[in-house]
Amino acid sequence: MESGRRVAAKRGERVRTAISGLDLTRARSLADALRVVRDEQRTPIAGATDLYVALNFGTLKPSLLVDIWGIDGLRGISVKGDTLVIGALTTYTDAIKSPHVAKRLPMLADASRLVGGPQIQNRGTIGGNIANASPAGDSLPVFAAVDAVVVLKSVDSERRVPFRDFYTGYRTSVMRPDELIVAVEVAAVEGKQWFRKVGTRAAQAISKIVVAGVRGDTPRIAYGSVAPTVVRARETERVLASGGSIDDAAATLQREIAPIDDLRSTADYRRRVSVNLLRRFWSDTAS
Amino acid sequence: MPSVGQNVSRKDGIGKATGRAQYADDLVFPGMLHGRTIRSTIPHGRIRSTTISIHSGFRTPDHDDASQRGSLARHGFTFVSHRDIPGRNVVALIEADQPFLAERDVLHQAEPIFLLAHENVQTLNALTIEITYDTLEPVFDPEKSEGVLKRIDIVKGDVEFALARADVIVEGTYRTGHQEHVYIEPNGVIAVPEEDGGIAVYGSVQCPFYVIKALKSLLGDDAKVRVIQTETGGGFGGKEEYPSILAGHAVLLARKSGRPVKMVYDRVEDMIATTKRHPSIVKHRTGVMRDGRIVAMDVDVILDGGAYVTLSPVVLSRGCIHAAGAYRCENTRIVGRAMFTNTPPNGAFRGFGAPQTEFAVEVHMDRIAEQLGIDPVELRRMNALRPGDQTATGQTLRDDTSALIVLDEAVKRTDFHRKRAEYKGTNKAIGLSLFYHGSGFTGSGERHLNSKARLDLTEHGVRIAVGSTEIGQGTRTMHAQIVADTLQIPYESVEVAQPDTSKVADSGPTVASRTCMVVGKILEECALDMRAKLGSMTPGQYYAKHGSFSVERKYEPPDWIEWDDHTYRGDAYATFAWGCDVAELEIDPDTYEIKPIKLTAVQEFGRPIHPALAKGQIEGGTAQGLGYALIERVVMKDGAMANAQLTNYVIPTTLDTPAMDVVMLENRYPDGPFGAKGLGELPMDGPAPAVVNALRHYGLDVRELPATPELLATCDSL
Amino acid sequence: MRFALNGHEEDVDAHPAARLLDVLRVECGLTGTKEGCGEGECGACTVLIDGAPVCSCLVPFSQVEHAHVITIEGLGDDHPLQHRFMDEVGAQCGICTPGMIMAALVLGKNPTLDDVKTALAGNLCRCTGYGAIYRAVLKWKAGDESPPSVESE
Repeated sequence: MESGRRVAAKRGERVRTAISGLDLTRARSLADALRVVRDEQRTPIAGATDLYVALNFGTLKPSLLVDIWGIDGLRGISVKGDTLVIGALTTYTDAIKSPHVAKRLPMLADASRLVGGPQIQNRGTIGGNIANASPAGDSLPVFAAVDAVVVLKSVDSERRVPFRDFYTGYRTSVMRPDELIVAVEVAAVEGKQWFRKVGTRAAQAISKIVVAGVRGDTPRIAYGSVAPTVVRARETERVLASGGSIDDAAATLQREIAPIDDLRSTADYRRRVSVNLLRRFWSDTAS
Repeated sequence: MPSVGQNVSRKDGIGKATGRAQYADDLVFPGMLHGRTIRSTIPHGRIRSTTISIHSGFRTPDHDDASQRGSLARHGFTFVSHRDIPGRNVVALIEADQPFLAERDVLHQAEPIFLLAHENVQTLNALTIEITYDTLEPVFDPEKSEGVLKRIDIVKGDVEFALARADVIVEGTYRTGHQEHVYIEPNGVIAVPEEDGGIAVYGSVQCPFYVIKALKSLLGDDAKVRVIQTETGGGFGGKEEYPSILAGHAVLLARKSGRPVKMVYDRVEDMIATTKRHPSIVKHRTGVMRDGRIVAMDVDVILDGGAYVTLSPVVLSRGCIHAAGAYRCENTRIVGRAMFTNTPPNGAFRGFGAPQTEFAVEVHMDRIAEQLGIDPVELRRMNALRPGDQTATGQTLRDDTSALIVLDEAVKRTDFHRKRAEYKGTNKAIGLSLFYHGSGFTGSGERHLNSKARLDLTEHGVRIAVGSTEIGQGTRTMHAQIVADTLQIPYESVEVAQPDTSKVADSGPTVASRTCMVVGKILEECALDMRAKLGSMTPGQYYAKHGSFSVERKYEPPDWIEWDDHTYRGDAYATFAWGCDVAELEIDPDTYEIKPIKLTAVQEFGRPIHPALAKGQIEGGTAQGLGYALIERVVMKDGAMANAQLTNYVIPTTLDTPAMDVVMLENRYPDGPFGAKGLGELPMDGPAPAVVNALRHYGLDVRELPATPELLATCDSL
Repeated sequence: MRFALNGHEEDVDAHPAARLLDVLRVECGLTGTKEGCGEGECGACTVLIDGAPVCSCLVPFSQVEHAHVITIEGLGDDHPLQHRFMDEVGAQCGICTPGMIMAALVLGKNPTLDDVKTALAGNLCRCTGYGAIYRAVLKWKAGDESPPSVESE
């Protein structure tokens, strides 16, 4: 490469509103990031595919940020024993390309292919999807359905939180402000995996309903975008596991979800389709 | 080697593909400021008071206007209100009702009230302006509004008499919502004070001379002002009239500050504040005989115009003229009303009223066919307009009428009847629509426009100097082909001037599918004149001997056109283009999602000047029509667009757009350049009814757009 | 901050949280990358970072330190894909074209039509209905420089 040439701002500024009010530092290592998150109350930023949309719209709340994109230790997908370990900075593209995911958790690859388009898939991260805690997060029903475990670290602790305990309400989780998600772990999944996302169009769509299911000895099924958090439909699962009819299961499902009307869809539509997709899951995965 | 009919290399050069083409936001000028619009946040009311404050400790005394302004100026702000307007606070268009800046009355959300400029965008945006209002009750429902913006009556024969004698009467009400243009480049202009004391406006515009007219209203008739069109990233009608307001705003700021001012909207502001397609409610009452002959058509059209007149009377006009569809009927009554509501004014969008009314009539036709037990193709064939038939306005159609030609081709090419039978009872469906679109301005419109074109001889050839704009549809190229072949010189020796109102002729607006048929025709006449004057010399030879000369001509509509503006009878358009679309869909029974599998578009528009560009118009317009049919939904809350982000107002991606089979048929229009008619808008009229008719085939009684899965889930089954 | 831009080492002074899109257009003066939405939906701002297409309106400048960014200007004025876009009318108004080209660059050998559609699913075009864009990209991949025909596929 040729030697450096300094290019100063030679035209009128055209930066976004909030930029000069933002304070962004870069973490060089996980230890660095954890310290800064604790001591300086900085919000981590990785793929920025949610946070910078907020910045563009002027709704970005935090002004103290720490860029964790460069922490390579948080990348990578590996298998330890029989557990799939997905680093927090795994992008959707990483998940789509991973042979481990293809073999052990193919419905994560299915979900990843339906997130945004290639550009978003190249930057959006699994850790970010989990931390963002949107009820519409596309990977969340996948992790809920397989009873994944979220690995959290702080400066002097590490804990593993089962996915069922991770979310406590709309956009809230048990994560402490001094913690970072470092990985999500998935034990071996027995049974057929099934995934379906209904968006506002065929690509680049926010989900109106998203469903992930596993037909093992007992069925596991999770729904997104039909409640303030991702929902594991446990009562519905129990009905099916004990040999109940699909009609009984459908009726039970109605009690477990709480869909709303919003800019993208209606509660009524979400109800109908949730039930239809339950039936479809059941018939598709029947041996 | 003639260029017309060939896919010659385009006059745009390679700049669009290299990133060198200059769009409005790419331009910078020394000392440039950025501008911002302060808009109302209520749909209806009166302004009571204004407080201005800026973050980081800067405050002004409340209600103290003069002190506020003094402080603002010391901090580098330029502040503009209606008091800074030297001329008239009226956006000159059809009526004189819309202000550039609200004075006291606010009639819609996002109505512009104040303007600000500052060198630094962040500082500019840090200023908070709080406005208190006395609110008034808003009207949002056009059917409940009492404000009639415009009424049109088109009457032929005796519709009540004929209805009484019909075997069957079929009634129906059909609705369409707003549609947002989503040109990928938002609106943007830069106003630049010039050394001679005038002002230049560079901008993303379709109609630079419309902007001049509006600026002269704003500044005074003898104002020195010129408009230069920058490379424009899509228009579709959304940059026909709106840029006049934006230009006026930038000019006011530039005048006051003495500096160039750039105003480029971001996507959210553009979607909330600028024009959209008019929502419609169309009611049909149709008398038919048992054999399928239509004997009476009674149509009621309501359009939601928004808060100001803008172009609604013309949208209503075109919508009503097309409301009876591509069919002949002796007894027709079309009553149309555009209504005021307290919403941002709706405006021009490709099709301009016809997509709404042709949606209604085409869905209605399939319902008629169903009620009579007649094949929908046969019903159309029986009633389609033929040469010699009269339209609803009493226009006798000529040989360039192609309804049956396009219908038969589409039916044959898609194997329509076999698929119709085969798909019945499956998750697949197939539907059809027959439609037409008048080329050029309605009735006496072209005469009133008085459009001109000019050719200048140059050292190497000739330069085209017209006000028509290239907005992606291929204006530069197509005009150059017409001129080159008429002059019998190489296509390469024709150049096209960038539209600068101080340098080119006023060719009228780049709208109404007129840029080829009308302006291309004037250019053809200019070229014939020039050819005669050149004699046997080439342009180069003549130039070397005598220097340059120019030929300017104005448009002469065909002399057989007769139109009465008062009775709305006569020859509405010099010619029509014709289309027949067939939509094949797959419906997901679990989610009601619709996957278009294939769209066949058979379109007749005289003849293509540049086949690849023409095909591009058809494919692009068809994709927009599919979006209109299925996924584009504007959600209004308190009179403003609530889903003003591309995340929530969705247009088709690659994966939403089906394979398209485009068939371009020719039926030359004798008074068009090389036989060409207009094309740009025709493709928009067909896809939505074809899709909805396919849904009817599947078994869903859909009567409104967009046909979203949420709508289908609650639709009555047939 | 140092990063590689279109094959050259650059040292640009800008806020670390500035959008890469703005740094490219303003500090670097490269206006070929466009802003269409500011929310990662339209793809008009697509650039390559270390070979991967991303929306530059969503990338904090600090994240490209030591990375290699390629914009449309990096292709020069004579790239075959640029020519195919103009010949096939894959560009009508042209505002989406730089982003489309950058997204298409990562396609492998002999892509199918579905491969092309998937690679471009994050790029919106309002003018073309996409058909001509596919024709341009597939012709480029096939090394085909013949003039455009209008036969349907």
